Amino acid sequence: MQTLDGKIPGGPLAEKWDRHKMDMKLINPANRRQFSVIVVGTGLAGAAASASLAEMGYNVKTFCIQDSPRRAHSIAAQGGINAAKNYANDGDSIWRLFVDTVKGGDFRAREANVYRLAQVSNNIIDQCVAQGVPFAREYGGLLANRSFGGAQVSRTFYARGQTGQQLLLGAYGALSRQIAAGQVQMFSRHEMMDLVVSGDRARGIIARNLVNGELEAHAADAVILATGGYSNVFYLSTNAISCNVSAIWQAYKKGAYFANPCFTQIHPTSLPHVSGHQTKLTLMSESLRNDGRVWVPKNAEDKRPANDISENERDYFLEEKYPSFGNLVPRDVASRNAKQQCDAGKGVGPTGRAVYLDFTQAIKRDGKAVIARKYGNLFDMYRNIIDDDPYETPMMIYPAAHFTMGGLWVDYNLMSNISGLFVLGEANFSDHGANRLGASALMQGLADGYFVIPYTLAGYLGDAGKSEIGEDQAAFKDSIQFAQSRIEKLLAINGKRTVEDIHRQLGRVMEDHVGLARDEAGLKTAIQRIQEIRAEFWENVKVAGPANRYRLNLQKAGRLIDFLDLGELMAIDALNRKESCGGHLRTEAESEEGEAIRDDENFCHVSAWGYQGEEAQPALFVEPLAFENVKLTQRSYK
Amino acid sequence: MSEHETINITLKVWRQNGPEDSGRFETIPVADVDTHSSFLEMLDFLNEKLILEDKEPIEFDNDCREGICGTCGIMVNGIPHGHGKGMTVCQLHMREFDDGDTIVVEPFRARAYKVIQDLMVDRSPLEKIIQAGGYISVNTGGAPDGNAVPVAQEKSEEAMDAAACIGCGACVASCPNASAMLFVSAKVSQFALLPQGRAEANTRVLSMLQEMDACGFGNCTNHRVCEAACPKEVSITHIARFNREFLKASLFGRMPMGE
Repeated sequence: MQTLDGKIPGGPLAEKWDRHKMDMKLINPANRRQFSVIVVGTGLAGAAASASLAEMGYNVKTFCIQDSPRRAHSIAAQGGINAAKNYANDGDSIWRLFVDTVKGGDFRAREANVYRLAQVSNNIIDQCVAQGVPFAREYGGLLANRSFGGAQVSRTFYARGQTGQQLLLGAYGALSRQIAAGQVQMFSRHEMMDLVVSGDRARGIIARNLVNGELEAHAADAVILATGGYSNVFYLSTNAISCNVSAIWQAYKKGAYFANPCFTQIHPTSLPHVSGHQTKLTLMSESLRNDGRVWVPKNAEDKRPANDISENERDYFLEEKYPSFGNLVPRDVASRNAKQQCDAGKGVGPTGRAVYLDFTQAIKRDGKAVIARKYGNLFDMYRNIIDDDPYETPMMIYPAAHFTMGGLWVDYNLMSNISGLFVLGEANFSDHGANRLGASALMQGLADGYFVIPYTLAGYLGDAGKSEIGEDQAAFKDSIQFAQSRIEKLLAINGKRTVEDIHRQLGRVMEDHVGLARDEAGLKTAIQRIQEIRAEFWENVKVAGPANRYRLNLQKAGRLIDFLDLGELMAIDALNRKESCGGHLRTEAESEEGEAIRDDENFCHVSAWGYQGEEAQPALFVEPLAFENVKLTQRSYK
Repeated sequence: MSEHETINITLKVWRQNGPEDSGRFETIPVADVDTHSSFLEMLDFLNEKLILEDKEPIEFDNDCREGICGTCGIMVNGIPHGHGKGMTVCQLHMREFDDGDTIVVEPFRARAYKVIQDLMVDRSPLEKIIQAGGYISVNTGGAPDGNAVPVAQEKSEEAMDAAACIGCGACVASCPNASAMLFVSAKVSQFALLPQGRAEANTRVLSMLQEMDACGFGNCTNHRVCEAACPKEVSITHIARFNREFLKASLFGRMPMGE
């Protein structure tokens, strides 16, 4: 097994980034216009990177699949963004944010990266305020903070329940300014179809114009992927419909390593599945668990309405199993227990895949007005989607996939093992280890885009120089040929099952075996089932054409090919990691309280997988993780 | 929640193959629609059937399906995003309709929006308006501490009301003049309210208005339907603030570059 070098700079933790910035080469402002950079994705990471690099003078080409860069899925983030400002004077610091993030990630992230993230978190807030992001404020006019996701300090900045939207619109404004200046060429409604690599260096991409179906070659001196996460492998997730793995998956097939693919976060308070036609799950703030009590009927298959089930026929399973934390156990524990109840036939609602979250007691105790003030908007949202009044009958909730900690492997410079290929935001594996803390995803996306890549890209280009491989070269022609033949192949199958139908089937396998709780037998079953589904796809899928006009179904078919491959790799990775950590729970390594038991002796490392060909098993590379500043400890929620 | 039901409906849906095609309504019966599905899920369900019948699926823009990304937007029975108050069409549910209903589904219509395919339109003119000045010109790095400039809470809250705009373009589709005034004023107002945005306030309002005109949007004659159509309930008081900003800029400001 080969080991990977994260290229972590030397010196004390707190000085690494500053020293590294001094050691890296710079590109003279007048010379930056000689260099071109491709950025794929316009969420927080991609928009921030595009704007910042263009401001510095690089020629940037930016791509997004949506009709506008403002629509990337970062926009849906609700809660907030962390920073170590210590404005609340409650003992926060860069060091504390660093320690919390390393521990929260259950010791599966790189210390040096996480420390840098905490360092630049403060610059992010300053930048966003200067851009006109309307953060919540106190009466005196200073920025407001709240405690979020169980943090013991108030370090979360927020703009109502729309923090992601406001941060993204800030970055989008900066990007728009550079588009107007001609420093960014924007390609909306374009999907990356392939990464072009030659001589072990990323040379550009093949993009498909989704409106007319044309394949375009784009060369550059460096390629930055900021294409988000892959929760949609589960079919039903809280991700937007267009979220997909295809950009990073094509990079993986061109030799980039995929790190910790099995690390996914499943959020307990999503709205449940209510219709057989459901395409999407909606998240509700987990603050609801502060006052709601989770229960299911004691008897399986009890289909009576909630209010007809008496107190002694109800099972408040979290309160019973975890007397001290009760309904406030961490996300992964709450999610797992809900699924276990549903698997035992005690699930409620039309599909039997939901548990109750009951506010009756809280309303009796505090009055309806108090509960409405705290959760009114969430109750309204619930009423609109579920058509039920949570003041009168208990809410129904169910866990949903919403963030993936895994992604392409990158070194300290956010460069993958392919030189010139950088990966930012949720698309890389980086800073969250095996579990992401609330309000940390926005922080990471913007840190990577505004404050890391401007330095490390210059460091790379200063050494590597220009690419000098034009769009007329064989490497680009081969890639266009590959993308073209894939589309033709899809349209030629003309079988009997729709893309959605097959994706739903994959999602069910992922949810059952590669979701909240995993075991050896289940993972082996999943691998076999996915292979069968893949075979079925290539024989029996029916894809709508023609390819020369906007056709979402054709786009989704291409993305499903990659989800099928990814699903198998996630199962392989989960099978290989014979420990539990963070959101990855192997039932073979679970304490009696349902807690993850890590195996630091054998698995204190990043698992990175290298593609070996269509039929071959992927090769495993590891990057050992050293914890020199935070002591390895086991979580407990007794 | 109410009982699981299915209804049968008839869609009169706009079909158009690209901007050059003249387009036409097609009548399609849809049976067994789950009332708990959303309007877009009903279209997905129909599209799956169409595909299996070797017919072309209906194209429509959509993405987050929770009312925040601003991608979706179609006319349902003549109303942008349908008749639900304060919601996008992705948040509209089929339980709002009755068995036997005929539902008319069309793209957003405005001179500035070209139809791409069926119910999808090209809203890139809205992008151009933002590019003309819908930002505060600060480069990355060098920003002062976030608390260096206090902002009155009520101003900040009002700026947030304006910033809630999702850029879906329903205001344009609802307006008899196909004006983008609510969209433009929301951005102008957000930055006019914040001290950070004052430095460029004059050029911003003049540039954005000039671009709105150049893109072929009409002007505002106070019909106020935009406010009713807005899924985020952005208020027309922002248009009033826009007008004040415009007046100030016209008297004291510089014209945009190139004038």
